[in-house]
Amino acid sequence: MAGKTVTRADLCEAVYQKVGLSRTESAMLVELVLKEITDCLERGETVKLSSFGSFIVRKKGQRIGRNPKTGKEVPISPRRVMVFKPSAILKQRINPGLDGGHKA
Amino acid sequence: MIKSELVQRIAAQNPHRYQRDVENIVNAILGEIIAALSRGDRVELRGFGAFSVKHRPARTGRNPRTGAHVAVERKSVPFFKTGKEMRERLNREG
Repeated sequence: MAGKTVTRADLCEAVYQKVGLSRTESAMLVELVLKEITDCLERGETVKLSSFGSFIVRKKGQRIGRNPKTGKEVPISPRRVMVFKPSAILKQRINPGLDGGHKA
Repeated sequence: MIKSELVQRIAAQNPHRYQRDVENIVNAILGEIIAALSRGDRVELRGFGAFSVKHRPARTGRNPRTGAHVAVERKSVPFFKTGKEMRERLNREG
């Protein structure tokens, strides 16, 4: 079902329509918002955006993986990954029919 | 960092703008992402990541305490996939 893909351009348009800045300024600010979030995560900090969700950086230790094609075992190096935890409000908005948010 | 701190950091870099306006900008962006997901659309932000909606079919679950069968309705869940550049930036020095 999911038809359309929303991109930066659509977010700029939303800022332009709702806040009334010029298109250039809207684009600049959308970029700045993403940059600030990215910089924060790069420092390993959690970003909590109320009524939207949280971005959390997790550290993963080394583990053994498998090349699915050859079946060969390969070590997966320790790394940092980022996870998004949607807020109860966001989950509810995506499930309009349900009573929603049994748990946080 | 929480939303109000994000707003402050952006306002500090745009001294000619009211903090209230910056707050509206942040909310407009997040609101647009939520609106897109609730329509079932994908949101793709190159270098950052992509938000999409995954559909989970109805299933029979168990109450782990009592073991009783319970019907779980079908539902949709928001999903985020980290972008390539973001993944690289998280692992730059290692």
